[in-house]
Formats: sequence, C-alpha cells, structure tokens
Amino acid sequence: MDKMKHAHPYIPNEAPGIREEMLKAVGLKSVYDVYAEIPERLRYTERLKVPEAFTSEYELRRHVEKILSKNKTCAEYLNFLGGGCWQHYVPAVVDEVVNRSEFLTAYCGANYSDVGKYQARFEFNSLMAELLDVDAVANPIYDWGDVAGRSIRMASRITGKNEVLLPATVCPQRLAEIRQLCQPEEMAGAIAIRFIDFDPATGRMNLKDLKEKISGNTAAVYFENPSYLGFIEDQGEEITRIAHAAGAQSIAGVDPISLGILIPPGSFGADIICGDLQPLGVHMNAGGGQSGFIGFKDEEVYIAECPLEIYSIMDTVKEGQYAFAEVRAERTSYGLRDKGKDWVGTASGLWTIAAAVYLSLMGPEGMREVGETIIRNARYARDLLSSLPGVKPVFTGAHFKEFLLDFSETGKTVARINAALLERRIFGGKDVSTEFPQFGQGALFCVTEIHQREDIHRLFEALKEVL
Amino acid sequence: MKGIKLRNYHAAKYDEPIIMEMSVPGRRGILVPPVDAAIHGVVPSAEELVPPAARRVHSPALPEIDQYHALMHFLRLSQMTLGMETGIDIGEGTCTMKYSPKVNDQLARLPQMTEVHPSQPEETLQGILQIIWELESYLKAVSGMDAFSFQTGGGAHATYVNACVTRRYHQDRGDLARRTEVITTQFTHPCNAATPATAGFKVIILPQKNGYPDIEALKSIVSEKTAALHMTNPEDTGIFNPKVDEFTKIVHDAGGLCFYDQANANGLLGIARAREAGFDACHFNLHKTFSSPHGCEGPAAGAYGCTEALLPYLPAPLVVRRGDSFHLDYDRPKSVGKVRSYLGNLEVILKAYSWIRTMGPEGLKTAAEVSVLNNQYLEHLLMQIDGVSRPFAEGHRRFEQIRFSMEKLKEDTGFGSHEIQNRMVDFGIQSYWLSHHPFVVPEPFTPEPCESYSKEDIEYWATAIEQACREARETPEVIETAPHRQAVNQIKDFSQAEDPDRWAITWRAFQKKRNGRR
Repeated sequence: MDKMKHAHPYIPNEAPGIREEMLKAVGLKSVYDVYAEIPERLRYTERLKVPEAFTSEYELRRHVEKILSKNKTCAEYLNFLGGGCWQHYVPAVVDEVVNRSEFLTAYCGANYSDVGKYQARFEFNSLMAELLDVDAVANPIYDWGDVAGRSIRMASRITGKNEVLLPATVCPQRLAEIRQLCQPEEMAGAIAIRFIDFDPATGRMNLKDLKEKISGNTAAVYFENPSYLGFIEDQGEEITRIAHAAGAQSIAGVDPISLGILIPPGSFGADIICGDLQPLGVHMNAGGGQSGFIGFKDEEVYIAECPLEIYSIMDTVKEGQYAFAEVRAERTSYGLRDKGKDWVGTASGLWTIAAAVYLSLMGPEGMREVGETIIRNARYARDLLSSLPGVKPVFTGAHFKEFLLDFSETGKTVARINAALLERRIFGGKDVSTEFPQFGQGALFCVTEIHQREDIHRLFEALKEVL
Repeated sequence: MKGIKLRNYHAAKYDEPIIMEMSVPGRRGILVPPVDAAIHGVVPSAEELVPPAARRVHSPALPEIDQYHALMHFLRLSQMTLGMETGIDIGEGTCTMKYSPKVNDQLARLPQMTEVHPSQPEETLQGILQIIWELESYLKAVSGMDAFSFQTGGGAHATYVNACVTRRYHQDRGDLARRTEVITTQFTHPCNAATPATAGFKVIILPQKNGYPDIEALKSIVSEKTAALHMTNPEDTGIFNPKVDEFTKIVHDAGGLCFYDQANANGLLGIARAREAGFDACHFNLHKTFSSPHGCEGPAAGAYGCTEALLPYLPAPLVVRRGDSFHLDYDRPKSVGKVRSYLGNLEVILKAYSWIRTMGPEGLKTAAEVSVLNNQYLEHLLMQIDGVSRPFAEGHRRFEQIRFSMEKLKEDTGFGSHEIQNRMVDFGIQSYWLSHHPFVVPEPFTPEPCESYSKEDIEYWATAIEQACREARETPEVIETAPHRQAVNQIKDFSQAEDPDRWAITWRAFQKKRNGRR
C-alpha cells in the first residue's frame, strides 16, 4: 500500500501509522499476504481506468452540479407528464423526516436497535390499511408493475390456476413487468395472460367479454382504478363478484392519492390491492421515487403466499410498550431460498416513511380535498383543451387526474406538438400513439393539485398557437 | 480489550404512541391547494365527477394531527433508530455499511434530480443520462464487463435480471426447453436460489466442503440441463474460492452461463474482477459497495453488468452516446424487456457516481485494502474471546467479512448469538446480523468492518462482544433479560408473530384482535 500524505476523509485507518500498527497486531507484513488467497492468474494488476479523484469536496460539487444543470426540471418547465410517475406536492415535513440521517442510513437492524424505524413502518402499514380498507399491508417492493406481477403470482399459488385476465388498457410498462414475472409460455410454471376488451366510449372493462373469458383456469382478474389512461373504472364490485363466482381472485391496482374520494377496493371485497406509493410524498426523482405497495385480507392464506416482509406489533415484557417483529419470516426467500415465495430484497423502504408522514399530515380531510382539487382541475383542463379545433377526448366518461386526447384531426403528430410545446417550456402530455395506436395521435395529460388555473390556460394558449 | 471503555449509553425512549392514538378531530397537518374560484364556478363538484359506484363512502380513519406534533412524532421515531451513522454498524456483514457522504445526498436533493419526470424528452435529461453513461464506463473498468444496466431496484433484483437474461439467452438459441437448471452455492446469498426459481428454473444448491463450494459436486451436477451458475466470491463466510475460474469453465463447457453476485466486492475493488474469473455477468450493489445509503432498505440499485455476448438481452432502454449527446436506446429486439419502470433509482446511481469520483483509482483500491485489513484486525481481537470461533478453512485468511460462531459460548452458557445480539445494542452500536438460512454455521454472526470504520471503532465493537460474552458466564441474568438500554424491553413471546389470532399487521387489526373494537 502506498503511503499518502493524509488519510482520505472516508478512510480513517489510512492515517499514517495505523495500518502498520494493525498489520503488526495481526502478524502480517502487508494486506497482500491476505490477497495471496487469489491465484496470480485471477489478479487485476493494472490501474483501474476510472478518473482521478477530485482533490476536494468543493470540486466534486462543482463538477456534479455542472452536469446536472443540463437536466431541465418540472419547476422550470410546466409539466403535464404522468403515466406512472406523477408530480404532486411534497410537504416540507416529509422531506425533513426522510432526510433524517437515522432513517436514511438504517438498514436491517434487528428488533431492538431500530425500534423507531419499525414503528414508522407499522404506522405506514396501518395508514395504508385505512386508505385501502384492508387489515394487512406488506413492506413494499420496487414499483407498481412489479407488485402487480407478484399479486398475480400470489393469486396463482392460492388458486392453483395459471391464467390471469387483464384489461386491454393496462399500462404497457407495467404489463412488461407482469409478463416478466408470469414467465414465457414455454416455461412449465408460466401464467398465461389474456386481455379483456373495453368500452370504447368510457374505457371501462367490457363485462360481457370478461364473463366470456373467465373460466375454471382463471387465477385472477386484475384491473386498475384509475386506469393508466385516466378513466375511472367504477365496476370494481361487479368485476370482483364475477371473479369470485369463477373461483378467481380479484386484484385491484390503485393510485393511492385518489382514495380520499374514490372507493377503496377493500370495501367491495377485492382480495389483493396494489399500486405505487410515489404520489404520497415522494419526489419524482426522474423515476427513482417508485415503490410498489401491496395490501390484502388478514387471512392466513394471503400471509402465507405473500413474498414480501410483513410486520406485527408485539408485546414486550413491560405492559403497554409497543415493539415489532416479522410475521412468519421463514416463508420468504431469506428463510427458504428457492423454496420460498418468489423473492424479497432491498427495495424502497425509505418511501414507506415518506408515505407515513404524508398521510399523517393530510389526514382524512386532506386526502379528500386533494382528491377533489385534482379531479376538478383535471376535468377543467380536459374540457378546455377539448374545445380546441380537432382535439377530442378519447374517452368521454369519468376520469381522475389523467385524460387521453386525440390530436389526429389537427393533422399534427403528438411528437410534433410536444416539440413545439417544449420550445414554450412546457412538457406536453405523454405521447401514447405507439403504445395505443388505436387511439390515433393520443397524448395522455396529467393534471394535479400543483396545477393552477393559469397553468392550464398557459397550456391552452400554447396549443392554440401550435395547432 | 485493554483500555476501551464501553459507553454508558441509553437509547432515546419516548414511549411514543402509535400515530392513530394522537388523533384529535379537526386538527390538520397541512392544507391542500383548493380549486381555483373560476374553476369552481364551471366544473361540477367532485361528487358529481365520480360515478356513484366509484365513490368513497366512509372517510379513511387517518389521524388528525397538527404539523408540529406530527413532526415531533416522527423525529422521536428517528431518534429511536440507531441507523448507521449514530451507532457503529460493523455488525451488518455482507451489507457493507459504509459511510454515505453527505455531499452526495445533497447533490441528489437538487431540483435537477428531484423535480425531473422520467418521460421528459431526452434533451432535457442530458445531465442524468451523462451520469449513467459515465458510471457505466467506471463499472466496466472495475468488473471487466462490457455493458451495464441500472434498471433494477436492488441487489436481489439484479440476480433476477440474470435469471431473465439466462432464460432469454437459451430461448434465443432454441435451447430453453432443455436448459432448466440453475446451480448456486450454499454460502451465496439466498436470492441467487430464489430469483431463478421465480423465473421458472429448478435450483440446485451445491454443498460446501470445509467452507468451499464442492467442485467435485459441481462436476457431477452439470449437464445439458444446466442453464446457469450463480455464485459469489468471497462467499458470505469471507472465504475466497481460488478455483473460481475452474467453476466457470466447468459450467461453460456444459453450455451454461456464469453469474457473479458481487455483493461481497468491497475487498476486491481494483484487486480482482469478474472478467478474469470467467464470468458472463455480474452485479454490484450500489447501495453497499458504492456508498449510497441503505435508506431503511431502499431505494437501492443492483448494477447489472455483462459481456458483449449477453448485451443484446439487457433490459431496455440503455443509454448510448452519440457525439456529445446521450440517448435512450429502446430498439433492442432481443432484450428481456422491463424489470422495473423507467430507468431505475437514479438518485442511487448519482450517489455511486459521486463516490467513485471522490475515490479515484487509488481510493477505490485503498478502500478494498483497508476493508480487508480492518477485517483481519477485528478477527484478531474476536478470536481472543472465549466462546467465539471461526469455522472452516483453517490456515486461510478471510477477506472483508467473516462468519463467526458462538457455538462454544452456547455450549458453555446456554446463550448463543441471538442472546448476545440483544445485549450488544445496549452499548450504543447497531445490532449485528447473524446469517442467512439455513444456519450452516451454528450460532452465527457476520461482522464486516469496512473501510469507514476506525481502529477505535473495531476495538470498541470487539470489546462489546467480549463484555457480553463475559456477562453470559458471570451475570447470566443480564443477558437473559437484554436489552436494558433500548427504546423497548424484550419482546415477550415471538410466537405472537406466528399466530393469526394474535399477530396484528396494522393498527385496525390490532384494535379488532386486542380490544374487539372497530
């Protein structure tokens, strides 16, 4: 090891003399006496081809800030992109709490050293349970698509069946993750995916088609409310009834920020509920704020088949104290490896704390009000934009924060329109003309509580110029 | 240990209520932007906009709390959490609990990261795309691989990507029907067995012999059914398998792929690489080896790297450079598709990038060397403690971590690694981790004193183990009833978490089961 004039700020034992002292204590001349375990042929002897270190924290900061300044933000630009990652307001207190060093740096500390983390996690589960109207919520995993796929796998194990029915309007990105988890057809354990048609006027599931396609092979019916394309699926109860009549599970995907005003799927007996936490107090982080949650009935079969960690409040030897421990830990991949339920791993724990703080601040009234502001702003925007010549809403029924507009009759592509909007510092609606060509030049606009009337009018005026 | 004084520590203990218990009707933590008056006049009410069958009837029973007390509650919970930065976190081995530089956290909190939508046009994402592209080039150097994907949300997720890539690779060659088996080893992380199983493979776990995966067993197991080998090195025991390239050759000769789980890479940076050992693919935990904080178990990232031959199968999109600009390449017909939405946890990727830029080639290698030396020093101290042993591979040095055993202590006193674990947290250090299951090493514990820890930290940690082991012999009641200086006392009966009538996963379930009320 080469001597340096000073220790690296992140390596205390690089201080002069320390390594020598430790080597002496352990009876080695060099740490390379340990690396002698690696045969010569496997050693890497060149200097790593990475840039030389910055000589100060300041230089690093300047360098990274300069690169990041090439990103344009939704603070500088007016943003109407959604589709799985959404711009909502993040309360200051949420940032204050998730940036606490103790939470930011904690990992798997056992029952007694990270009690606060476990309590926050239990509170997240409890708050989500109220929102979803179920009694059990697991520790989240990567994102909505992943947790939808795992919900389907749970349903397949519970029912012993290997086919799932999805609405044809499902989010393509989520569908790709679901396909991955359902395995290719030639695998013995593959779960076949079949699609249910939708009502062209409203986007809602075609129940006649559902009844025709559901069978004794169906493990689950999965549906979304609000859907990827923004419309409200108000047939959840009926879909669930049809699923149950066929011996299948009902799986609902939801946007949690809608649940102050939209019906929680637990209320109509959905068996498994999943979605993404990101709207509840997590910054968009360029897609780094996703977190897939899952809730279900507090019945042994769901706990047994859930692949994720689940925690219970526990009694201690002192009456009235709250402690926490993992429920039936042995069923996970940590306990049983390949015989466990799918797998579990480090995923998105910090965002459970963000969501817990968010829901605690909002309370029932806040969740209702944010839902009301969003749905009314979004309707206002849909009506206003639809008044532009050649612009038509694809679905004319109820929708929550997103809506799909078809620009075909304007003679312009969404790509061209969005490029012109970008020049006006606006991120237009998401171009879904490739994902759903049947809807023509479709753009999916997202309007939330962060949009003010003048923002919507700025978009309107810009589109007037562009079209 | 001479001269080390254990702290007279006590955890913050607030007897904090569950947040639902703090609710007072009418209180509010934050106000929401109301609908603009001009919109109010022209748009129907929210109730009218929601079809009757989709309306929420009962308000969610969320608590009603003012902002100050909501903040106070969560700050208290944070104080009742040791985390990594207030309690020496040497104990969570295989997790590489290294210091996560604050400057990197601050950079990731810039609006140029947080207020960015992943579907923005490429020209407005040039900064983060450049970071991804450059980080890929650094990890290529560290591993010898030819390409990286950062889409996964964690380390286990990257092993899942490998299972998917393996599946696609054999499918592409028309060989998937035959290639049904994935082999892994006993001391490799359990996700390497679990993720191929989720992807549809039969999994075979190689037995170990004196702490090394059994090469003769491998020879007898590989066949035309072998799809892939998943292994780590050094394994979770800290033992380096010097025949690793023979393992990869045996599997390659049978037509299988070889994946290197590099969760234990911290002692190898700049010392040895996946490429020279013959692997087709590998992954790094950016939240471990590359310093991004663990965040109460995420957000995380498992950077997945592979050779040119597997590049066509990587999850889409990949970041490519054309001249001075960066682009997202979705046109990848052989790709496995998606495993996660968008581009992954980019804040984690940014922090790993910044860390590497702070370390440079020298710093990375020094981090590896010091982590290995720290581990020798900790071993030296722990092996002097009566009751502690280090099974397997006598005469061979461990790298950056060691799986120790308290089997002898258990035999002598009846207390093993679980009981000592409960006591360790009374000394103001983070709880240690035992081992993955099944416990091949009896009464295990697996410390990893990576380069962030000082000589004094290591001595303190070993002293705490020594003190707890002494108490097991001299004052057994102290161990039996530990912890004594934490936010809560000992859990009364762990069978509560196994019993559907007594477990309560949420507050509402607790109310029903405990108080019969709702």
